[in-house]
Amino acid sequence: MNTEKVLFAFFILLALTFNFGFVLGDIDNPAHHNVYELYAALVVSLIATVMKFGDRTHVGAVLLATSLVADLQLIMAAVVWGYAVNFSETGLDAAMMASIVSLSAGALLSNITSVVLLILETMMVRH
Amino acid sequence: MGHVFYLLLRRLRTPIITIIVVYSVSVLGFVLIPGVDDQGNPWRMDFFHAFYFVSFMGSTIGFGEIPYPFTPGQRAWTIIMIYATVIGWLYSIGKIFSLFQDHSFIRLMRRNTFARRVRRIQEPFYLVCGFGYTGKRLVHRLDEQGINTVILDGSQSAIDELDAHEVGLAVPGLCADAADPDTLNIAGIRRENCIGVIALTNDDHTNLAISIDSKLVNPQRPVISRSESAGTTANLASFGTDCIIDPFETFAEHLVMSIKQPYKHIISDLIFNPHHNVLASPHQNTSGRWVVCGYGRFGRAIDKKFREYDIPVTFIEVNPPQRGAPVGTILGVGTEEETLRKADIENATGIVAGTPDDADNLSIIITARNIQPDIITVARQNLSANKPMFRAALVNLIMEPVRIIADEIFIRISTPLLMDFIELLQQEEDQWGRELLLRISAVVEDHPLDAWAYTVNQTDCPAIHDSLTRGQVVILDNLCRDPRKREDELPAFPLLLKRGEQRILLPDSVTELQVDDEILIGGQHSAQLFMNWVTYDYNVLRYIRTGVEAPGGMLWQWVSSVRKKRRRRLAAKRVDPK
Repeated sequence: MNTEKVLFAFFILLALTFNFGFVLGDIDNPAHHNVYELYAALVVSLIATVMKFGDRTHVGAVLLATSLVADLQLIMAAVVWGYAVNFSETGLDAAMMASIVSLSAGALLSNITSVVLLILETMMVRH
Repeated sequence: MGHVFYLLLRRLRTPIITIIVVYSVSVLGFVLIPGVDDQGNPWRMDFFHAFYFVSFMGSTIGFGEIPYPFTPGQRAWTIIMIYATVIGWLYSIGKIFSLFQDHSFIRLMRRNTFARRVRRIQEPFYLVCGFGYTGKRLVHRLDEQGINTVILDGSQSAIDELDAHEVGLAVPGLCADAADPDTLNIAGIRRENCIGVIALTNDDHTNLAISIDSKLVNPQRPVISRSESAGTTANLASFGTDCIIDPFETFAEHLVMSIKQPYKHIISDLIFNPHHNVLASPHQNTSGRWVVCGYGRFGRAIDKKFREYDIPVTFIEVNPPQRGAPVGTILGVGTEEETLRKADIENATGIVAGTPDDADNLSIIITARNIQPDIITVARQNLSANKPMFRAALVNLIMEPVRIIADEIFIRISTPLLMDFIELLQQEEDQWGRELLLRISAVVEDHPLDAWAYTVNQTDCPAIHDSLTRGQVVILDNLCRDPRKREDELPAFPLLLKRGEQRILLPDSVTELQVDDEILIGGQHSAQLFMNWVTYDYNVLRYIRTGVEAPGGMLWQWVSSVRKKRRRRLAAKRVDPK
């Protein structure tokens, strides 16, 4: 068992689960989406990205790319949330919530790709 | 670039994760800890404000407690988090700095910079492996001619010197093992515009590896290699290395030539090194016995050559049995009077100080001259820096092996026709050499002898090629006339004419040129500019051939042809009274 591999898989999977938990629920209902969950998803996704740094294999490069996509989507979602709460005149209404959730749903897709790639890579190793 | 970037990312993984963790914990703490607003109502920071606060707290900018004064709980959290973020940053920045100090990282950076510089070279270039004295001189001379080079050498100090060296072109250099195929690859051995590979390292095995690699990539590309043993020479030759130079053999050859055929030696020396414009008077009496100090690889090469020409010789060597010196070798260095007397220096014609130590060589020369003032002295100069000392010692002939090799390679690269000339020179008598030397010194006067070559074709000599295809006659003498006044001769004359397999030494000035002729010209450097004018400009060539200054432009050509026609018509009318 390799600690690095465990941590690596742990963070990739955790990013997916947080992200999934956040997206789950009605798309435009703010009560169904917890801000702490988005925060956790973003932080874990950032850590997962950095853990992929420096892997020179082809799979490593694709994993880094999917992770960067997830970061970008989640950061955009967080920025929209911050805008809705602090700047927007209407506050966090249904339309704002819908765009936040759809942005993080995009990140979810990217995180799923990461996990699929990780599983595929694990299957290829024959020892 | 890829390598460095990935290495950087991999090394920075821990510091960046540290920062992310510290920041996220800090932000979360501020969001969770309850506070009060200015009215005393319970208030909680949202993520936006928490991130704002942590950003200026972490970088210790400190704008104060924003937006409302903190509660004791928030202040306690701030105290913990200030230390955590500062330590996190110190750790990360320390890591980054230590990475840039890291030896393997610096080496990788140098390698990448070198590879990028080689990739950017668009012009043809030579790959020179080994930047010792020979390499330095060769690169310097190629640089003077505007020829690009790329350098590999095993020692970093040599490469550092390259940066300090006053070379005109940007010469990329890398400290690396030149025998490594990957290193040769980034040095451009697989590039189309690498037009030649020169292996000059001190290690025969490395030279062998470089030559093989180059020949495998491109069998047509010329490879010049240095070799110090007969075995390596044979090995190099077996896979088609174009030129193999053994510094010891070359040295011995030059020495024998200077003894046996002094005039021819001066001519070839002039050609090898144009700045060497001292026309030293050769020694008349060179028959007789020679004393040679040092029987190393040099001594062996000299022994072999001297035997070939039946020159009697006595060797002086510190360790005769181990070096395999012939019977009759005197024991000693040669710096002591006693040893030299044992070698019967009083009755010797000349002495060769051929040890690998310059101080010993100078000492030998001076001691020998004290015993026998008329002796001819030949010294081997190992280090270029010692030149003034050898000059001051008034040695009759200074042999600098590194210079000889560098100059020979340079000539092979810049003017290959000169090697043909030197080859033909060997077949002539020395008396002939004397006459040629007189002619050369009359033409070049005090200037250095320069030599350059033309090939009669569309690109090299468009004007001559054009005239020849029109069926006009161009003779060699046309080339050597001053384009400003054709009665005057340029200070240069043809040394060699190569026509297919035929090579004519000192061709007659009325020789008619043909397409694809190769001509070697020798003379003052300034003459080359005027000669280029003749070979390039059709009108100049016509003036030199006919003495008529023809109109250049299309309009004037038309006007003059109309005039000529009218004149002809008038003349015809006058003749014909009808």
